Amino acid sequence: MSTPDRFMRGSSLCASMHGPRGGARQVHARGPRPARLVAVAVCIAAGAASAQQRQASPEAADAAAPSVLTAPGESPQLGEPATPEQIAGWDIGIGPDGENLPEGSGTPSQGAEVYATKCIACHGEDGAGGPNDVLAGGHGTLTDAAPVRTIGSYWPYATTLFDYVRRAMPYTQPQSLTNDEAYALTAYLLELNGVIDRNDVMNADTLPRVAMPNRDGFMWAWPDWKQ
Amino acid sequence: MTNRTEPEQVAGNGLLHRRLFLQGGAAAVGAAGLELLTARPAAAAEPPDVPQWMKAPGAGMSGHGERSRHESHVQRTVGSQPGTTGSGGSRTPLEHLEGIITPSALHFERHHAGVPDIDPDRHRLMIHGLVERPLIFDVESLSRYPLVSRIQFLECSGNSGANNAPEPPQQSAGQLHGLVSCSNWTGVPLSILLDDAGVRPEARWLAAEGADAAAMTRSVPLEKAMDDAMIALYQNGERLRPENGYPMRLFLPGWEGNASVKWLRRLKVLAEPIMAKDETSKYTDLLPDGAAMMFTFPMGVKSVITSPSGNATMRGPGLYQVSGIAWSGSGRIRRVEVSADGGRSWAEAALDEPALPKAVARFRAAWRWDGGPAVLQSRAVDETGAVQPTRQALLESRGPQFRYHYHAIQSWRVSPEGEVRNVYA
Repeated sequence: MSTPDRFMRGSSLCASMHGPRGGARQVHARGPRPARLVAVAVCIAAGAASAQQRQASPEAADAAAPSVLTAPGESPQLGEPATPEQIAGWDIGIGPDGENLPEGSGTPSQGAEVYATKCIACHGEDGAGGPNDVLAGGHGTLTDAAPVRTIGSYWPYATTLFDYVRRAMPYTQPQSLTNDEAYALTAYLLELNGVIDRNDVMNADTLPRVAMPNRDGFMWAWPDWKQ
Repeated sequence: MTNRTEPEQVAGNGLLHRRLFLQGGAAAVGAAGLELLTARPAAAAEPPDVPQWMKAPGAGMSGHGERSRHESHVQRTVGSQPGTTGSGGSRTPLEHLEGIITPSALHFERHHAGVPDIDPDRHRLMIHGLVERPLIFDVESLSRYPLVSRIQFLECSGNSGANNAPEPPQQSAGQLHGLVSCSNWTGVPLSILLDDAGVRPEARWLAAEGADAAAMTRSVPLEKAMDDAMIALYQNGERLRPENGYPMRLFLPGWEGNASVKWLRRLKVLAEPIMAKDETSKYTDLLPDGAAMMFTFPMGVKSVITSPSGNATMRGPGLYQVSGIAWSGSGRIRRVEVSADGGRSWAEAALDEPALPKAVARFRAAWRWDGGPAVLQSRAVDETGAVQPTRQALLESRGPQFRYHYHAIQSWRVSPEGEVRNVYA
């Protein structure tokens, strides 16, 4: 995704989205920030015409108009300071860099036990065949007419799996898993998808370094995508 | 029925000039000229009889009003994911509504783990991360901020996706397109709160998190947060409905609904997106080569005729009002055109006032149906010049796997028997 060649395969999409009013097209690759972040490409309708169009839009004029309500100093400043303890209690989010991952660890075999008791009813044996999302398989189907978007075939970041399992699963008991259980489930689902080996241990150090198969499969539409 | 002032036909198959709906136009034609789709109920209250409800005092006042019991059939269409009651969506019955405001009780829903029962006195919003001063707000303190109030639409990017199917689903306008609603939202500009907290220079994104059982999370560009994002507290004049985020939600005008996180409890300011489940595994779209687009935020220019529309039955040939809604995530609707011959010819529709930016606009056209076969379409153009595409053009430009952001022209076929059906034309 980081090369213009790869992006240009989608250029017919850009042409149709920008239509006849789109100016010169450019290919723009964002550098990795941080290094492991997937390099992404966006398509830009550059050119003076579209810039003038934006400036001339009534909404842009509205936004530029002075507003007493948003002038600096007008805020009543009613927020209370958030203490580190308060923040730590609520901040359950984990980004691709793995910052804020908790202590603890888990293996695929430990995760299989948790899965069998807490997940299998909705997601089926081996992550498929249940009434809810298919979690495993689907490799090589992303160009099919009916792609199967699973953790292994589609998800770009392993950290997302830990983040989501811990905050939202099991469906009827969210935020009930221990950190060890969340790591173990993450390990089991990654192993089920062939992403890690059965003896790999997932923890705050190893999880962010897991290379997901489809990590480079995403382009950022923001900020220039138009329909 | 008077014909002497009826406007001339301006497009094929009976579409008349829009002046019928401009100022004075309808009066000039006379109300008798317009057939209503709603059937007139048979009742013993018609002349010369005096209706029963005039012969005794009516009901008393009430602390909180309810709609007429005769309107109880107007319902959202609810769909739940297997094994759950709170995960799924409900769709606004567009074909039953008029004007541009969606009644709060009929606003569409999309939940990922049900509607939480939040005590507003104990709910908190935390802003932290790359800020100088991490802050916590409650409902009462936010309500004391300078509020802004706007009429704007909200649309799930999965709306209308059923029309991606090879065969057209035989559903109503609401069942097909009812994941869009329009409300008067009132709340605090997010930029004020972020300024209170002091955003650091390296900040580019926010991770917005809800207080539902999924702790639903989306990343939002700081640029949008500082532009027109709002912490909404009120919907159509009253406090938010529980299913719309009570007591506070993020509202991102013009953007896919999933990013306007409900029951908002936390905003973490970041340098990079958090890459939450819903912005990676969901709400991303595959291209034909297997690559996927993510952060497809703005909703495309779109319209749909709501009357007559799918599964309705016409009452016979005659003069009809074609009415529908149009909207764009990029600004105002500039123009809507209507066709009665499947897109071969078009007549400009009249737009109700107000036609506001990033809001639903109501359009109307006059159509004399001669009883023959017809295909009704509407085509919207927004103030950036973006034109609503045909279904064929949309699918060709994106490939068959593009799941979200379907915004193509809707076609309703009217059969000689008056049956209205979804077709691909």
